[in-house]
Amino acid sequence: MATATDAPVSEPVPAPARRRRSWRRLPVVHQLRQSVGLQRGMLVTGLVLTAIFVLTAIFAPLLAPYGFGQLRDADGLFGAQQSPSGGHLLGTTVGGYDVLSRTIYGTRTALAVIVVAVVLSLTIGVLLGLVSGYFGGWLDRVLVVVCDAVYAFPSLLLAILMGIAISGGQSSLWGGILAAAISITVVFIPQYFRVVRAEVVRIKAEPFVESARVIGAGHRRIMGRHVLRNATRTLPLIVTLNMSEAILTLAALGFLGFGIQPTSGAEWGFDLNKSLADVTSGIWWTAVFPGAAIVLTVLGFTLVGESLNDLADPRLRTRRRAPDQEPEGLAEVAVVPGGALTAPGGLRGLEPLGGEQ
Amino acid sequence: MTATTPELADSSQPDSSAPSPSARQHRRGGGRLGSYLFIRFLLIFPTIFILVTTVFFLMRSTGDPITAAQGGRLPPDQLAERIHQAGYDRPLFAQYLDYLGGIVHGDFGRTFSDNRPVLDVLKTYGTATLELTFYALLVALLVGIPLGRLAAARRDRIPDAAMRVLAILFYATPVFFLGLLFKLVFSTWLGWLPVAGRASTGAEIQLSTLNHPTGLYLVDAIRTGDPAVVRDVLQHAILPALALGLVTAGIFLRLVRTNVIGTLGSGYVEAARSRGVSERRLLRKHAYRPALIPIITVIGLQIALLLSGAVLTETTFEWKGLGFQLVQYLQNRDFVAVQGMVALLAVIVAITNFVVDVVAALIDPRVRY
Repeated sequence: MATATDAPVSEPVPAPARRRRSWRRLPVVHQLRQSVGLQRGMLVTGLVLTAIFVLTAIFAPLLAPYGFGQLRDADGLFGAQQSPSGGHLLGTTVGGYDVLSRTIYGTRTALAVIVVAVVLSLTIGVLLGLVSGYFGGWLDRVLVVVCDAVYAFPSLLLAILMGIAISGGQSSLWGGILAAAISITVVFIPQYFRVVRAEVVRIKAEPFVESARVIGAGHRRIMGRHVLRNATRTLPLIVTLNMSEAILTLAALGFLGFGIQPTSGAEWGFDLNKSLADVTSGIWWTAVFPGAAIVLTVLGFTLVGESLNDLADPRLRTRRRAPDQEPEGLAEVAVVPGGALTAPGGLRGLEPLGGEQ
Repeated sequence: MTATTPELADSSQPDSSAPSPSARQHRRGGGRLGSYLFIRFLLIFPTIFILVTTVFFLMRSTGDPITAAQGGRLPPDQLAERIHQAGYDRPLFAQYLDYLGGIVHGDFGRTFSDNRPVLDVLKTYGTATLELTFYALLVALLVGIPLGRLAAARRDRIPDAAMRVLAILFYATPVFFLGLLFKLVFSTWLGWLPVAGRASTGAEIQLSTLNHPTGLYLVDAIRTGDPAVVRDVLQHAILPALALGLVTAGIFLRLVRTNVIGTLGSGYVEAARSRGVSERRLLRKHAYRPALIPIITVIGLQIALLLSGAVLTETTFEWKGLGFQLVQYLQNRDFVAVQGMVALLAVIVAITNFVVDVVAALIDPRVRY
């Protein structure tokens, strides 16, 4: 009986057609098809950078010439602060490690932090927002005040405290990863919470939720099937933001001396901290490469997130121009919000949008 | 008091306008601003309470601070003796109440490594951080607002694309990496600007001879009346202010761009356009100013970000402020000092946010709902 409530929610498309096109409605794929011009360029650049980052992390042992904690090879010690050369393409650090290898292995640490942080904060934040917004009452009020308090607090200070609490300032690989990831989680739960809660409060008042309740669906079913599925609209954006912040916080913690020890893992922020003194004596390679790795990785995630945000907001979305930019072209575009008749694949490409209306 | 909090929480999101409070306001007529300010003021206390409590229990979850600082260096019986003397062997809840009581009286504890009251540390180093964040905010506004306006005026053209990529780059660059690059290029390679610190040794000595130094080096330097000192102090401030300011500028750039685009498409601008007002005038007179209002609210949120950034910038440039000192205490594993300073910063952030909210409410009536 409860299954009858599913149909009116949002899916007028017949089931077989829906399944065939479902991959096009996936968050990123859908926007990629929707985007044009500069926005498509930004989205594609972001996706490429992100892909390079993930692939580097997976294939790090194949790509890196040495290990991240390796100080010597068959010819003896690498030597400290060697400038870039054939043996060490990006030179060596003040501790005598190979810069290239440590930069490559750094992707693994960063990826681990991102995965743990996103999974944790997404789960906890969405769950809290859902329960808080759906049931309301004193729990809701307390959670809102707590989340607002945490949200207003300098996130790095919170991360430092979490780092001390979790690893006691010690720095093993997984201790460091967990400390950074959990710090990020604490900082990001309020953001997921606010967004999801606001959506849930809005959706709760919709007629379809009421009809589900009338039919006799339980709280769990209404929350999971009717409310949550409609409240996830803005989540992809926050996830990308969350990923960028995770890397930046990991690097900041490393830079402040909460890094992972060089023998147990490679971490860009830690390497930057060690290069602080090098810079004054003109040794640039120990700082520039790990720093560039941070910038490129964060840039990738941010470009994806930024594009998703713009494409989700009709006021910011660049629309495809009709051939001569004249009023008749505009009128056509206005009929179908956010799409254009010249979309690759013609009108078919517009159907996913029509389904959402 | 808790009954009022959901409205307040919503009011922090600029675009939410709850209908029920406004209806109530219509009935009551005036006094809306007053009651908003009062409730907003009361909300400071639970915020501070939550943060201070979080800080305390997080720091204690690893054990007592004396073991953290001295563990392994002292024999166990001496260690236990000192723990007992400091009262860290009492029940955690009793310690917590003590701690809260201290904070109510403005006592944030004493640092362990150099045995100073935390409030004293704030007095010594707070002005340096204040100076840095002020410069940085200035840079951020001076760079972010005009560029954001330019991007909105040339929407979807090359300047807009360039500005947006720039804003994302600013965001993606950690402030300490930007600082390192600046040091590398402008100090080491070009030799134009000093590498680190707030002033050179000679200037520091001259500044310390002042009668009642404010601690704000620029003010003190002007008071010495020596242009060389003023120049020296300013030269030292350029790179840290640029590094921290540019990272923050990206946020203002994006905000101004989005808001100006929003107001440019709004009804009243459309009305002016249909009356034949030129596009330039539309941008300058009609769309630009209303778009700046949300900036004030956002500055409030940036305070937290600026403080985080200041910790990193100060470490990069050896700018001897609160952040630099905090990192020193961290490295000495002086967790009493860390706990005290973070709790103190929580109070400062809560109060600053209150002030910013008040200013925003005075300027923009929509916030007061």
